[in-house]
Amino acid sequence: MRDLICIVCPRGCHLTVENGKVTGNFCKRGIQYGLQEATNPVRMVTSTVAIHDGLIARLPVVTSQSIPKSMMFEVIREIQTIEVVAPITIGTIIIENVLNTGTNIIATRTVERRSS
Amino acid sequence: MKHVDLVIIGGGSAGLAAAIKAYDEGIQSILVLEKEKYLGGILLQCIHNGFGLTTFQEELTGPEYAHRYVEEVLKRPIDIKLETMVMEITPDKQVHYSNELEGYIIVQAGAIICATGCSERTRGAINIPGHRPAGIITAGLAQKYINIDGFHVGKRVFILGSGDIGLIMARRLRFEGVEVLGVAELMPYSNGLNRNLVQCLYDFNIPLFLHHTIKDIIGQTRIEKIVVGEVDDDFQFIPGTEKEFEIDALLLSVGLIPSNPILEKLGIALHPRTKGPWVDEQLQTEIPGIFACGNSLHVHDLVDFVSLEGEKAGVSASKYLKTELLTGTMISLKAGYGIGYVLPQRVHQNSLGPIQISYRVIKPYQNVTVLVRQGNCVVKKIRKPFLFPAEMEQISFSLSQLETDEEVWVEVQDA
Amino acid sequence: MDVIIIGAGVIGTSIARALSKYQMDILVIEKDNDVGDGSSCANSAILHSGYDPEPGSLKAKLNVLGNQMFDEVCRDLDVQIRRIGSITVASTDEEVDALGPLIKRAEQNKVPVQLLTREELLKIEPFLHSSVRYGLLAPTAGIINPFELTIASMENAMDNGASLHLCEEVIGISRVGNEFLVQTNKDQYKTTMVINCAGVYSDVIHNMVNPPQFTIKPRRGEYYVIDNLFTPYITHVIFGVPTKAGKGVLVTPTTHDNYLFGPSSDFIENKDDTATHADVLMMVKNRASTMVSTLPFSSMIRQFAGIRAVSNTNDFIIQEASPNFYDVAGIQSPGLASSPAIAKMVEDLILSHHAFSKNPSYNPRRRPVVRLKEASLEERTRLIAKNPQYGHIVCRCEGVSEAEVVDCIHRHAGARTIKGVKKRTRPGAGRCQGGFCEPHIIEILSRELGKQKTDIEYAKQGSFILQERKKGEPHETR
Repeated sequence: MRDLICIVCPRGCHLTVENGKVTGNFCKRGIQYGLQEATNPVRMVTSTVAIHDGLIARLPVVTSQSIPKSMMFEVIREIQTIEVVAPITIGTIIIENVLNTGTNIIATRTVERRSS
Repeated sequence: MKHVDLVIIGGGSAGLAAAIKAYDEGIQSILVLEKEKYLGGILLQCIHNGFGLTTFQEELTGPEYAHRYVEEVLKRPIDIKLETMVMEITPDKQVHYSNELEGYIIVQAGAIICATGCSERTRGAINIPGHRPAGIITAGLAQKYINIDGFHVGKRVFILGSGDIGLIMARRLRFEGVEVLGVAELMPYSNGLNRNLVQCLYDFNIPLFLHHTIKDIIGQTRIEKIVVGEVDDDFQFIPGTEKEFEIDALLLSVGLIPSNPILEKLGIALHPRTKGPWVDEQLQTEIPGIFACGNSLHVHDLVDFVSLEGEKAGVSASKYLKTELLTGTMISLKAGYGIGYVLPQRVHQNSLGPIQISYRVIKPYQNVTVLVRQGNCVVKKIRKPFLFPAEMEQISFSLSQLETDEEVWVEVQDA
Repeated sequence: MDVIIIGAGVIGTSIARALSKYQMDILVIEKDNDVGDGSSCANSAILHSGYDPEPGSLKAKLNVLGNQMFDEVCRDLDVQIRRIGSITVASTDEEVDALGPLIKRAEQNKVPVQLLTREELLKIEPFLHSSVRYGLLAPTAGIINPFELTIASMENAMDNGASLHLCEEVIGISRVGNEFLVQTNKDQYKTTMVINCAGVYSDVIHNMVNPPQFTIKPRRGEYYVIDNLFTPYITHVIFGVPTKAGKGVLVTPTTHDNYLFGPSSDFIENKDDTATHADVLMMVKNRASTMVSTLPFSSMIRQFAGIRAVSNTNDFIIQEASPNFYDVAGIQSPGLASSPAIAKMVEDLILSHHAFSKNPSYNPRRRPVVRLKEASLEERTRLIAKNPQYGHIVCRCEGVSEAEVVDCIHRHAGARTIKGVKKRTRPGAGRCQGGFCEPHIIEILSRELGKQKTDIEYAKQGSFILQERKKGEPHETR
């Protein structure tokens, strides 16, 4: 049996997961989260990537879907090895299929080129 | 002097939503004045996700949420000035602003919406004793330096304050390879969302010291050490509970305060609890034609509500310009037992439709009822399993249920 | 060198300025990262009227003289000053009785004072505490911008030819023939004269080349800073009746429309320990609340502490300790108010021994400072037309433009740190305490000084705010 706090939305329901059953959830997503978290926890990861010649110095990125929680730091490390050059449009795939997770790393902001 | 129908001070979430809505309501000449280099406000540095669940039924990162609104603004012929500081506004709605391109400009506004966001409480405002070295920084400023400018602010960090900003930064710092030695929270409970406790502290085994705060700061040049101690229910330090942490940066996440220097300069009274102007249900301040919305009106937890409030202000401003805004007798809305504040603080008696009140409780409650009453007449009752000061709540009621124009109270009733 | 001045506080810089009237090679050596980073920037900022010091003492003489000199000094140096007067309030019988001797002292020191009843006081100062029965009004007292005074004095001294070395500490002095050899942590210098203006360390400096004569004990004072209130509040310096421990807690406006409450008075061990303490500040708060009717503590923005250089003689020590070695020591309150008179006294002392011709290009005035916040619309428009950077506001709390910040960096004794910019132009001193402006100031300092942002210091040497992010970080192995 596991007691968890659901992180799917800001409500933060207190879940109990026992024998494959979830209680304490306000909505369906809570069931999905509870089961996932108890068996194979996953997380979305956000970070920034160095961007050159842009109006700002860091391009914010996000994983296109959740990745195994155990791989969080590995994925972050992988993201840190990348450097891009402005301009970058929001939605651009910065890394495809990062570390074979089936997840892409996507730019979450458009960064224009800095006029020198 | 140039005339503009609607001047919006602040191009963040509240201001952008107001601009879009006002334009769509038919206001042609709109000017948005923004102090940063970009539109989007604070969300641009909130690179984490969790935004937009209500508005877009999606979980977006801060920049993505901001992008949606910026795009919509750019689709419309709304005038925008960046790196522009509003210096003052006058009671007859003249707006003084300054930037490098134009210099010092005065425009005559038909209506003004103040959407100037909020500022972070500082070390000096909460009187943390000790030395005053470099390395003490508010969490939001640290977030900007790290997420936008690409610097570190420290390698061994302690965080004071377990509100969402402090928690988010704890995780962010860990992802940046920075050691986070702990988070101290003055209250006996965390102010942040449960999900953030999980994702930001528990996931990383960062210790949370509830009912603790900082007793001393040591370091002449850069911060070297802090002493953290437990406090009792009167917030006095309990001897013998001191813990020392050797750090090179202290992040302060000790509260957000609506930022209204322009209104203060104008002489508008600010509500002692919200720290924003008093407003009616149309979000109009005590000066006709001057409206407020977003974090500068009262600090929000969810940007979705900021956007809704911005839209409301946009609608109200456009009504004002079309002289359709409600006037007349107003009924006071008051914060009763257990309630920290209510917003709006007054509502027109002839207002149609349900009145939605935002409120916060003064301390956590479990299994209580929140009610709206006028005298002994209860016009609305809701059961609430959980209530936290850190989570803004809403309750609505209908004016038609009221019998008099006496003040209306929102209060907590223990079950 | 003709003269080396040790210490660039308000005393050292005022003396440098006074001596720059002559054709002298003047070098000011300062151990800290800016001029006036010690007690000169952590005090009550008051120009005392001079009634309080013991009649016949140097403090009394120089305070009264100095006070009178300030209008001209501030005009020449463009330093903010306000002659708002001070009121020493008395509530208890003991305090009321103590006013008599103070009036006598004022007479002896030739300082105009007026004894006012509660009724009369409330007409000019309605925010006094309900227990106040009498007060002594000293109309010649005032407030000044102490950072500006120190900085402007050094700037003007350098405009007139003096030199300044920062981050350089004197570690030894010896006599070699008719000269001194001054050894620092960076270099060594030969000089005819040494002027010891080393504040809390002046006994240490004195003892480097003289038999010990006096001791300087550090006495710390802690303060609250209250933000600009936008509503009326006190308009005079409000003192309590002085005791043996000092002038006691006071409540005063500042030239920036802030308010100060403090200081406390505690002897400490460490000459450099400017930490604040919860219990001490509580004492300050309690004392202040007996003098004024309201204490706007919800508008508190900062606390700080300064160290008084208290000599065992309890008076200023201004002397030629040995041939060509001058002590200007024990300059605690009323040091700031006495500073121009102290400088004049040292100037006269030196000139009585040495003949120096006048500096033909001496100009007592420094180039006026632009304070955009106070400028009229016409003035502002004119400034912006000449320099668009006056349109770019980088400090929201105080309305300061980029142009003002750039200017303060490039003057003599210009700003090199965040605190340096704050002392000269205000960003960081307001309610936000740097929350909005710090990134802008770092950007401007970095650009104007040609330094990396990570090399910009907050205040002291090595007090960097930003650290570089290395490529490929983080190297997390978890």
